[in-house]
Amino acid sequence: MNDFTNLGVKAIRDGVAGGDFSAREVAEAFNAAVAGAAELNAFILTTPDHALAAAERVDADRAAGKPLGKLAGVPIGMKDLFATRGVQTTAASHILEGFEPEYESTVSQNLWNAGAGMLGKLNLDQFAMGSSNETSYFGNVSSPWRKEGTNAAMSPGGSSGGSSAAVSARIAPAATGTDTGGSIRQPAAFTGICGIKPTYGLCSRWGVVAFASSLDQAGPMARDVTDCAIMLEAMAGFDPKDATSLDMPVPAWEAGLDADLRGKKVGIPREYRMDGTDPEILDSWERGKEWLRDAGAEIVEVSLPHTKYALPAYYIVAPAEASSNLARYDGVRYGMRELPEGAGLQDMYAATRAAGFGDEVKRRILIGTYVLSAGFYDAYYNQAQKVRALVSRDFNEAFKQCDVILAPTTPTASFPLGEMSDDPLAMYLNDVFAVPASLAGLPAMSVPAMTNKDGLPLGLQLVGKAFDEQGVLNAGLAIEQRAGFSARPEKWW
Amino acid sequence: MSKYRIQGVTGEWEVVIGLEVHAQVVSKSKLFSGAATAFGAEPNAQVSFVDAAMPGMLPVLNAECIRQAVRTGMAIEAQINKWSRFDRKNYFYADLPQGYQISQLYHPLVGEGSLHIEADEKAGIPEDKVIGIERIHVEQDAGKLMHDQHPTMSYVDLNRCGVALMEIVSKPDMRSPAEAGAYVRKLRSILRYVGSCDGNMEEGSMRADVNVSVRRPGEEFGTRTETKNVNSVRFVMQVIEYEANRQIDLIESGGAVEQETRLFDPGTGTTRTMRSKEDAHDYRYFPDPDLLPLELEDAFLEECRASLPELPDAKRARYVGDLGLSEYNARELTAEVETFARFETLLAATAKGIGKPEREVATQVANWALSIAPGVINALGAEANPARATAEAQAAILDMQAKGEISGGQAKEIFELVLKTGRDPQEIAETEGLKQLNDTGAIESVIDEVLAANSDKVEEYRSGKDKLFGFFVGQTMKALQGKGNPAVVNQILKDKLG
Repeated sequence: MNDFTNLGVKAIRDGVAGGDFSAREVAEAFNAAVAGAAELNAFILTTPDHALAAAERVDADRAAGKPLGKLAGVPIGMKDLFATRGVQTTAASHILEGFEPEYESTVSQNLWNAGAGMLGKLNLDQFAMGSSNETSYFGNVSSPWRKEGTNAAMSPGGSSGGSSAAVSARIAPAATGTDTGGSIRQPAAFTGICGIKPTYGLCSRWGVVAFASSLDQAGPMARDVTDCAIMLEAMAGFDPKDATSLDMPVPAWEAGLDADLRGKKVGIPREYRMDGTDPEILDSWERGKEWLRDAGAEIVEVSLPHTKYALPAYYIVAPAEASSNLARYDGVRYGMRELPEGAGLQDMYAATRAAGFGDEVKRRILIGTYVLSAGFYDAYYNQAQKVRALVSRDFNEAFKQCDVILAPTTPTASFPLGEMSDDPLAMYLNDVFAVPASLAGLPAMSVPAMTNKDGLPLGLQLVGKAFDEQGVLNAGLAIEQRAGFSARPEKWW
Repeated sequence: MSKYRIQGVTGEWEVVIGLEVHAQVVSKSKLFSGAATAFGAEPNAQVSFVDAAMPGMLPVLNAECIRQAVRTGMAIEAQINKWSRFDRKNYFYADLPQGYQISQLYHPLVGEGSLHIEADEKAGIPEDKVIGIERIHVEQDAGKLMHDQHPTMSYVDLNRCGVALMEIVSKPDMRSPAEAGAYVRKLRSILRYVGSCDGNMEEGSMRADVNVSVRRPGEEFGTRTETKNVNSVRFVMQVIEYEANRQIDLIESGGAVEQETRLFDPGTGTTRTMRSKEDAHDYRYFPDPDLLPLELEDAFLEECRASLPELPDAKRARYVGDLGLSEYNARELTAEVETFARFETLLAATAKGIGKPEREVATQVANWALSIAPGVINALGAEANPARATAEAQAAILDMQAKGEISGGQAKEIFELVLKTGRDPQEIAETEGLKQLNDTGAIESVIDEVLAANSDKVEEYRSGKDKLFGFFVGQTMKALQGKGNPAVVNQILKDKLG
C-alpha cells in the first residue's frame, strides 16, 4: 500500500484528480498518522470525521464528473485560532475551552470550498502569543526534530507550533498558520518546512481569533514552495466582512512559479548582520546568496536602518492591540466564567480572566494596558507607530534597489523546550528578523536551507514588495531547488 | 447677553453650560454590523455575532450612518472632515461586549459648526444667539442592563449595542436653563428635518450629558460637573438649575466643586455623584486597527448636500417673506416636521382648489392649521378620528369657505362631521344644509321683511344711530337661520338703508 503520508498537497490533489487513489484513502492514512502521533501534542482536538466527510464529497464529485477544487482531497490541519463552526475553537486558552462557534472563519471556509478536509485543530501558543509553543493551556507541542544524540524535547517554534510539528512530522500535508510577528516563519524555519505570511489584507481575518489586528495575517505552512502556493491561492481572497481585506483578484501563484531569477535583484540588508549571530546562520545566509546568484539574480546590499527599533516597536504595538482585543473575554457571553461566592461584576471579570488567561497572555495585556495609559500613550504607542512608519519607509527605499530581500528567518535554530521559557526577553529576540516585515505588512516566507551541526533545520527568509507573493515564492523555489533540503526527523513518537 | 443670574449669599453668579447630545442615527442596521435597529424588539433579538463580540468578529462600517452624520454636520454649517478615523475607548462593563466602544476621539467626522436660537422674551432669552458646536463624532451605542428580572442577577439586552450614535458637542456657550432648552429643541428640530435622528427623547434615541459650572460674571470658567444621560428638555433645564444652585451653595459655604460625573434622578429633580475624578476611567484610546481611516469623496459630499431639505431657519424666513405669514405663525409651523409637512400639503391642495397663488391663501390655511383645526379636534376628543383629517378634505372645506359657500362656523361644523364620520365635506354641506345663502333675491326679500317689521329702528338708524347696523345684520341672519353669506347680507343692507 502506498504511504500517502509521504505525499504533499500537489501530489495528493493531482493523484485524486487523476484517479490514482481516492481522497478517502488519503484521509484515512493521515487520520491514522494523527492518531499515532499524540506524543507530539500537535493537535488540541482531532476531527477525523470532518476529514473523511470532505474526502467522501470529493470522491463523489469526481465519480459524478463534477469539477474539483484547488485542494480536492487534501486533508489539512487547522490552527486552533480559526473559528470552525460547531468545532471547539480555543486559541489554546482555558478561557475559551469548550467554545464552539456558530460560524466558520472565511479562510477555513475557503479551504473547505476548495475541497480540503480537516484533520483537527492544531495546538499553538495561547492566543498566538509565544515563540516556542510553551504557552498553550493544552500543553507544549514537541517538535518531531531532536538534536542529534539527545532525547530532549525541542521547540517546534511558535505560535504556529502545532502546525509546524504536524507538517514536519508528516501527519498533515499542510496546515494553516497565522503570523503576527513571525508566527508562521519562525516555526517553519525550526522544523524544516515552508511557510508564507502574505501581504497584510490578502487573507481575511474574519473568524480568526484576534491577537494584534494590524499585524495578524493568515498563511499556509507546507513541505515545499509549490504546496504553499496552492494553499495560499485557496486561502486568500477579498472578504467584505473584513474592512482591511484587499479588494483584488487572487493571482494564480502556482501557475506563475518560475525559479529563473535572471534580471532580478536580491537585496541583502546590512543591518541584519548582528553581533553574536550564530555562525551557522550566517553560513546559511551566504549559501542562500549563492543559490539565488546561481538562479540568475544579482545580489545587492541594501540598508534597512531602523531594523533595531522594529522589535521594541512591535512589543508596544502588538500588546497594545492585544490588551484591547482580549477585553471581550469577560465571562459574560461565552467561554469560561468564574463566579466566586458573592461576587459582583468586577469580581467576576477579575476572577474569570485571572483563571482563564495564561502568564504570557497576562504579561502582554499588562504591557499593552500600560503603553496605552494616559501619560504614556505618546511616549510609547505614538512613538512606536512612528517607528513603524519608518520601518515601512526603509523597505520602500530598499525595494527601489532590489526585487526581493534575503535574510535569515531566525537568529538561532530550535532550542529545547523549557530552555528560554523563564526569559521572555530572550524569547522575544527570536523574532528579531521576522518582525520588520510584519510591521510593514509585507509578504515574507521561510524556506528550509540546511541543517546545522546538531542536525536541526535552519530557514532562510524572503521578503517581497507588497502584493508580490509571486516574487517571494519564485525566489523561495530557486532556493528550494538548489538547497536540496531532504532531511526529515526520525520518527520517535 | 443673557441676564440670567443666580443670587447667592455673596453676590451674583453666572451659569456656564455645555451640552453633549447623543443622537441615535436613523438607519436600518447598526454602525458596524448588519443587525437591525428597530426600537422595542424582544431582548437580544437584534444582535449579530459582531455585536456580541464573538471571537474573530470584525466591524464593517455602515456608510448610511456616515451619510446621516455628514448631512447633520452640513445642517449646522459645520466643517466636514474628509479624513477621519475611529478610535477604541476601552472600559469594562456588561453592556459593552467588546470591552471597548468604537468612537472618534482624535479625528472626528465633523468639526466646528453653529446653531442659532431665537429670542424668546417670555422664556428669558432676550435676543437671538449663536451657540458654537465643537464637533460631531460617530460612535457605537452600548447595550442595556436590566436589574429587575432576577433577585440576585442583572440581565443584559444587547439590541441597542452597536447602534450608531452621533455625539454632538456644543461649546460652553449657554448661560441659562432657557438657552439650553432652546438649544436642545432647536437641535432636535434640525435632526428631525434632516431625518438623521427621530429625536425621540423618551425612547432614549436622543439624550444629553449636561456640563455645568458657575462663575462670577466675567471671570474665568469654574470647575464643571457632567450629568449623564438626561432624556428630556425639561430635565436638562432642571439639572442646570439644580447643579448651579448646588455648586453655588458649595462654594459659598467654603467648599469647592469637584470635577465629577453625576446622575440625575427625575423623581427628586436632584443629581448625585456617579464617579469622582479619582475613579475616572483611563479609556486608553487608540486608533481601531480593525478599521481603515474614513476618507470621503467629493461626489459623496455633494450627494449629502443635495439631499438636505430646507432647514428650519430658511423655512421660517420663506414663510414670512414669500408666504406673508406672521412671525408667530411661521415659527409655530416650522418647529416640527409633522406640522410643516401637514401645512405645506394643505396649502398646496387649497391653493390648487381655489386656483390662487399660495401666498394669497397662506394665512387662511395657517390659521386653520394652527388654531381652528386643532381646536375642533381637541374639542371632539375621542369622538374624532384624526386620520380622517386628510389634506383633500380640509382643502375642500377651505375652498368652500374661500368661495363664500360656507361660513367659518359652518366650516367647523363640517370638519366635525368629517372627523366623526369620514364623509365628503361637499356632500355634508349639501345634505346637512351647511351652506350659506348667496341668493341675493332671497336675501333681499328677507331683508325687506326685517326692515318692514322694524321701521322704528330704520328711522333711528337713518337719523344717525349707526350702531343699529349690527342689529339689522343679526335679525337678518336670524331669519336666514345663520346661513346667509355675511358679505352679501351686509352689502344689501347697506344699499337698502342708504
